[in-house]
Amino acid sequence: MATADQATAPIKVEEVKPGIFRRIWAGLSIIFASKIAVVGFAIVLFWVIVAIFAPLFTPYTPLEQDWKAPNQGPSKAHILGTDELGRDLWSRLIYGARVVLVLMPITENFWIPGGTAIWGVIVALIIGATLGLMGGYYGGWIDEIIMRLLDAMMAVPIILLYMIIMAALGASAVNVVIAITIVGTPGIARLVRSLTLDIRTREYIRAAETRGENPWHIMFFEILPNARGPIIIDAMLRVGYAIFAMGTLGFLGLGIPPPSPDWGSMVAKGREFILTGSPYAALWPSVAIASLVVGLNLLADGLREESMRYQ
Amino acid sequence: MHNSSASTNNIVLEVDNVQINYETRKGDVEAIQGVSFKVRQAETVGLVGESGCGKSTIAFGIVNFLGPNGKIVEGSIRFQGDELVGRSEEELKKLRGDRISMVFQDPMQALNPSVRLGEQLAEVLTCHRNISQEEAWEKSIQMLKRVNMPDVENVMVRYPHQISGGQQQRVVIAMAMLNNPALILMDEPTTALDVTVEAAVLDLLEELKNDFNAANIFITHNLGVVARVSDYHCVMYAGQMVESGPLAEIFHDPRHPYTMGLLACVPRLGDSKLESLLQPIRGRVPPPAERSKTECIFAPRCEYVTEDCRKARPGFTQISSEHLARCIYATEIQDRARTRKRKKVEETQAQVDAPREDLLSFDHLKVYYPQESNSVVSLFGMGEKKFVKAVDDVSVRVAKGRTLGIVGESGCGKSSLVKGLIGLEPVTDGDVQFMGIDTTKPVTERDTNLIKEMQMVFQNPDSTLNPSYTVGSQIARPIRRFKTAPRNQVKDEVIKLLKAVRLPPTFYERLPRQLSGGEKQRVGIARALASRPDLIICDEPVSALDVSVQAAVINLLLEIQQVFGSSMIFIAHDLSVVRFFSDDIAVMYLGQIVEVGPADAIYDPPYHPYTEALLSAVPIPDPDVAQKEIRLSGNVPSALDPPSGCRFHTRCPRRQDMLPDKGKICETETPPWHTSEKGHRILCHIPLEELAKVEPVVHAREV
Repeated sequence: MATADQATAPIKVEEVKPGIFRRIWAGLSIIFASKIAVVGFAIVLFWVIVAIFAPLFTPYTPLEQDWKAPNQGPSKAHILGTDELGRDLWSRLIYGARVVLVLMPITENFWIPGGTAIWGVIVALIIGATLGLMGGYYGGWIDEIIMRLLDAMMAVPIILLYMIIMAALGASAVNVVIAITIVGTPGIARLVRSLTLDIRTREYIRAAETRGENPWHIMFFEILPNARGPIIIDAMLRVGYAIFAMGTLGFLGLGIPPPSPDWGSMVAKGREFILTGSPYAALWPSVAIASLVVGLNLLADGLREESMRYQ
Repeated sequence: MHNSSASTNNIVLEVDNVQINYETRKGDVEAIQGVSFKVRQAETVGLVGESGCGKSTIAFGIVNFLGPNGKIVEGSIRFQGDELVGRSEEELKKLRGDRISMVFQDPMQALNPSVRLGEQLAEVLTCHRNISQEEAWEKSIQMLKRVNMPDVENVMVRYPHQISGGQQQRVVIAMAMLNNPALILMDEPTTALDVTVEAAVLDLLEELKNDFNAANIFITHNLGVVARVSDYHCVMYAGQMVESGPLAEIFHDPRHPYTMGLLACVPRLGDSKLESLLQPIRGRVPPPAERSKTECIFAPRCEYVTEDCRKARPGFTQISSEHLARCIYATEIQDRARTRKRKKVEETQAQVDAPREDLLSFDHLKVYYPQESNSVVSLFGMGEKKFVKAVDDVSVRVAKGRTLGIVGESGCGKSSLVKGLIGLEPVTDGDVQFMGIDTTKPVTERDTNLIKEMQMVFQNPDSTLNPSYTVGSQIARPIRRFKTAPRNQVKDEVIKLLKAVRLPPTFYERLPRQLSGGEKQRVGIARALASRPDLIICDEPVSALDVSVQAAVINLLLEIQQVFGSSMIFIAHDLSVVRFFSDDIAVMYLGQIVEVGPADAIYDPPYHPYTEALLSAVPIPDPDVAQKEIRLSGNVPSALDPPSGCRFHTRCPRRQDMLPDKGKICETETPPWHTSEKGHRILCHIPLEELAKVEPVVHAREV
């Protein structure tokens, strides 16, 4: 009997636990399998790198004004030109990327790691996933209440919701995070709920129940890890939407307050000078928003396609 | 029986040395290689083998349904003398459904759910024949009558979901027969059906074969089924045909070690663990990319393997005029095998019959599910509340260290019964005592000490383990939770358990997706054992596994029961397996136990009429065993509104003859329990003396 052979075979040295590098490599190999994902990944990576190492990529600070050279086109001194106060557009652009992707200003002098858009999505994920898990796992009236409340929120147009929230709370980075969270939560909750409804019928959930596990353990340790694939892909798309939302809010003057370099408010300011012959102040931040959103979308789409194929 | 003197011109299909490849990213993969067989008129060829052996690929290859990446690279397929390989899609389309038809496993997927059955049937005729809609409709009705469909006119205007699974499969068969095809391909046509329904469908196929004179190819993994229907066998292994021959020769004189292994690893009806062990085939079917091209494909799993087997792929050895085996030792293998008889199990202390104390007892247990009604009245909570009576008034006992088998068709309430026991479903009424403790509360309200004494082994190997965690951490979780081992010894304990289920310690760090079905099921068993429970509930633990793996898992469970001394409740729909595994058996029908007692007593008269029908429906992998043919009429009634009196009276084949007044009493009064001398109890109005006169269902045919 083979089974007997296996049992009597000498005990081998335990297999090496897959290290963190190998796991990252496994993740990257999925990205590299899809051309779309590679393009998206390159765009996103570009913005992340310039944002992290912003001081190394430019000799200017984003607030440094050159009164002698306002509204300039691209030149040797200013690669992308300057705005109406003579500030270097390239440095404003990459410091703007910092706010979006890498650092979040809590107050004037206190910054925390993780960009504003990222934090907005993370908080929305935590709240949305919790609500979705509860609705999907418990079902019944708990599900009914949670989902109807979220439906009610989804009924309000997104732009309107953003404006109401920001007008009520006032413009600041923290409030932008709150706005992104409130707008993003219903969608994430719906996604997680539908995944939960499927996963909770699996037998390993029944096995956990027959062990008498706490419902929270079942939700967060048995169900959630198996829903991670679609959630990660959805989160990438949502970061894109959040960047878009930040741009919109900044444009309307409800975003991160000046003088902090914000892409949306850069477009809003630069807009006035498009017809006077210097479109650059409005052009570059628009391109930045578009490229980052498209990049994240491509990355998410490529990953989704590739992970579907492996199933 | 196959008639070798029949002239060769009635050969319908000739498959000759076919090889089918699939293109993948890693290059071409050989799916099928060296398959040859012939099918004659009014003959059934059975293709047998485990999953992944390429049985379906052959069938798809014949009608060229291989998909964009599959192609026939070698050999020829001749249908009524014409070559099919290389034909255009258009030509094949005309053949399919007309001269060649197919019956698939799942009737629900074969029928279009949004088109009335009559229209689907008539379409087959109007598509291939130049006849009017009315004529097609009329012919369809006749065909449905031919397949013994009750209430035909009504069925024609219904949708597929409105009829039962067995009836759906009858419709699919009728559809396949409509154009009077020369060849019918059947791919596991009865696998999705209950035993009693399966038996009726197999009878029907046998009848149609003789009437329509068609050639049949019957694909199945179940040796019992194939023994009942086919005249000629092809045994498939890993894409190769390893043995082919007439039915009787394959069963009595198998010459390939794989065929011999398949026959040895399934329990026959009536086999018991007290008499013999099952002999599993070691290892598993290799995936197509890992099949060796330079040695015998079965060599890694073969018991008789020698150095010569690894030198080249063996060709066929002729045993008799029709019997071929792909083994270099085909002529002498029977002599070698004789020295390896089935091992007998020594009677151990644990198996000696002695009065034992009860570990668990159910008394008048009821599990009802409230049925939501959509009417306005019930919206306000005023309507009459309806219940699905999944388990209704069940009383049974499980003694310490023994195994209770529960059998019954799907929907009989066997799963609800254990869910109620383990606390996943609320118990509506009744009393459950486990070691003297009341266990009617849901699992969330139970004491941890009680929970740890009852654990479950689940059915589906693919969903029994959480795909996100390693094997080790999943077995460790119950150990930590129930504190069966001190914190610093958890890992040792896990490795001990892995050894107990015969898995190497290297599995500790593996993820479930790296395991085969049988291995996953072993891990599931180890996880259930982790809390050292007194009672293990096995909910169809082997029904999703291949037969060779199934045998290994059953042996493992038996061994574990001896080592750990746990009691078990074993649920299955396969009566041979339950008989083999259990000490006591309870037969359930529509939420009630109709017969309960020691395993050997259940399988001999007196029978409950339902047990008798079940036993006569079990496919037995031995063509020499004669079975009584008792077929139940009608469907299982709804548990929402079970029949009055005896629940079985609507389908009972016995009450008409064995009771005075044609069994009127069964319709109104609940039957009493009779207890026989052998200690088993039957719930029936028919007196025990009458039931005892019934002949046994199974007896070996005089040869």
